[in-house]
Parts: sequence; C-alpha cells; structure tokens
Amino acid sequence: MVASVSKCRVCKQPAVIDLPRHNAKFCAEHLLELCRRQVTKAIEQFAMFRSEERILVAVSGGKDSLAVWDLLIELGYQADGLYVGLGIGEYSDVSGQYAQAFAERRGLHLHRVDLRDQYGYDIPTAARATRRVPCSACGTSKRHLFDRAALDGGYPVLVTGHNLDDEAAVLFGNTLRWDVPYLARQLPVLGARPGFPRKAKPLCRLTERETAAWCIVRGIDYQVEECPMAAGNRHLAYKAALNGVEEDSPGTKAAFYLNFVERMAPLLAGQRAESAELGECQRCGAPTTGEVCAFCRVRERSAAHAPVPVELLLGSKRRAG
Amino acid sequence: MRVLLRNPRREVELAGGRPVRTVLAELGLAREAHLVIRNGTLVVDDAVLDDGDVVEVRPVISGGT
Ligand code: SF4
Ligand SMILES: [Zn+2]
Ligand SMILES: [Zn+2]
Repeated sequence: MVASVSKCRVCKQPAVIDLPRHNAKFCAEHLLELCRRQVTKAIEQFAMFRSEERILVAVSGGKDSLAVWDLLIELGYQADGLYVGLGIGEYSDVSGQYAQAFAERRGLHLHRVDLRDQYGYDIPTAARATRRVPCSACGTSKRHLFDRAALDGGYPVLVTGHNLDDEAAVLFGNTLRWDVPYLARQLPVLGARPGFPRKAKPLCRLTERETAAWCIVRGIDYQVEECPMAAGNRHLAYKAALNGVEEDSPGTKAAFYLNFVERMAPLLAGQRAESAELGECQRCGAPTTGEVCAFCRVRERSAAHAPVPVELLLGSKRRAG
Repeated sequence: MRVLLRNPRREVELAGGRPVRTVLAELGLAREAHLVIRNGTLVVDDAVLDDGDVVEVRPVISGGT
C-alpha cells in the first residue's frame, strides 16, 4: 500500500513528527533544528548562562535530563552531570544505568551521589518516616544535594530538565490556588543567592513530546517507565487537563506559560521577598530559616527508621504528591 | 500488528492498515501525550501502520516535579 507521505515544512522530505502548535510537520533533521533553536532562544532570552560558565546538569536518566545535557553539549557548553540515587527499587537502578551509559558513550563526566550509601536513607523510607508524600521528601533531598554539589564543585549554574509541560502544570496548580509567593518565583532562571547556585531551565520552551522526540531521533536510550511513586499525583492530573485543552487549541500551553513569564511575572517582582533572614543549618551549614534545614530534618528522621522497600509503600498507599 | 505499550510495559495485537491517529484514538490515548515509533523510526499522525509493522506507542508524560 502506498500511503500519501507527509512532508517536512522546511525541506519537503518525509516528516517524522507533526507539531500542531507550530501547525507543521518536520523531518528528523529539522525537528532537531527546531529543538536547538528553542533552547538557544531560552538561554538568550532569559540570560541563563554564558558559554564560558561551567554547568552542572541534574540528571535523572529520564528523557528531559538527558535531552538537556545532550543539547547543551551540542551547543558547545561545558556541562557535567550529577545523578542522585534515590533508592526507589528497580526504578532507581535502571535510571542510574541509563544516566551512566549516556555519559560513557559521550565521554561526559557524571558525578554520583547515593542517598542510602552516603546519607543512610532512601526515598521510600523517607516517605514513611516523614509521613509525607514521597515526592515531598524526594524534592527536598534532590534540591539540597544538587545545590550543594553545584556550590562544592564550583559550578555557578545548576540546570534542570524541566520542560514546557512541567512549567505549565506547576503554573496551573499555583494559579488554581493563587499561590502568589510561588507564582512570583516561577521563572525560567533564578539568580544565585548566598548558599544557592543560579538555576536555569533551558527546556522551558519545548514540550515533553518534543524532548522525547529529540531523544528518539538522537538514539538516546532513557528510562521510559514512570517512577512508581508518581502514580496518581496532582502534577499528572494538571498535565492531562492542559493537554485536553491543547488538543482542541494547539499552542495553549506555550501561551499560558510563556506569556505568564513575559507579562505577569514582572508584575509579581515586588512579591519576590528576596529571602527572609536565612541563617545556617546547625548540621550542614545550608541556608535555612530555622536551626536545622529541611534536608537534615528529613535525613535524621529517615536514617533512624528501618528501611522500607518501595513495594511495601506502594502496597499500603497509592498516593503521591 | 504488534503494538508495544508502556507504563506498564505490555503488548497488544491490533489490526493494521490504519493511520496512527486512528490507532491512538482506538487505544484512547491523547496525541499530545504520546509518540509512535514504527520499526525503530518516529512516524507522523497520518502514517498508515501495516500488519507487519512493529509499533511502539511511547507515553511522553513524566510525573515528578
Ligand atoms: S515522582 Fe516523586 S518520588 Fe519519584 S522521582 Fe519524581 S519526585 Fe521523586
Ligand atoms: Zn526537513
Ligand atoms: Zn542541614
């Protein structure tokens, strides 16, 4: 059977992807071109970093973190990775293998931190010990370790793989609650403060479908399976709701997020309380409003708790942040 | 044709000779949340999948924050 072949908007070769928000289809090469252009635009538009700055990439082994690392290297930046072993059963083992394999194949430097080996706990145990949703202890742990590694390693900027869908979903949640302090801080780049590196999200102009397509076309193997603790979380529900609108009205997600950044975020600048007095954590020295930082509180409670295998946690409670 | 689905990983057998768009709709999957890979290569919405094809429908939505 000879099917009519859809053609690339740019070169008229057979297309591999249709991107309704651009009202166009693209071949593999021009899809990559579009991704490079959007990332370059994000870096320049938001003054994320300069070419001589060393970058630390938070690497999970999933599509976004490997795509952003790959893109930065392709665009000529100096970027090392950091993988944090979260101890979420087989999911973490496999994720770590994807991150390692990618770094080895490209000859890139990947730092590794293991929560269980180095801090005496893992995320399933932390979820049980703190009686909070797993993503809460997980986010606290990752933020602390990535910040610390960037500062200790002399990296002025920490890059994460947050994409347009991630940012739009968080913005949607913050908007539904009119959470002004969070809205005020939801920017593609956050400047360094004492104890914190600058943080940048170069994929904020690319959808997840586009970052996944980047990986597939580039032949990057990544962890496709979801973290078992993400099941049913609110973030996923927000993404599904936004995708429902997007299907009827392509471009809505990009307009929602990028217009927020351009038009609304400046109006909220006055609400960005540039830190209530931050002292130093008595345990680790990290900036904190209390005596002991959030990370050390999670670590102390979790390390004192008997290890909880992930299966046990999932069996007892199917809920996450 | 054999169709690999993910999260959780499983395989289903579906009738070929239909475009990607129709197969996604039959599976009840949103286009914005999936990519379709045929015999190792990404394919567009209106590509017709054949009975002999090995197809993967890959979800692209991640849940963490
Ligand atoms: S889904 Fe939640 S628990 Fe799993 S890796 Fe992401 S933040 Fe951590
Ligand atoms: Zn082309
Ligand atoms: Zn501390």
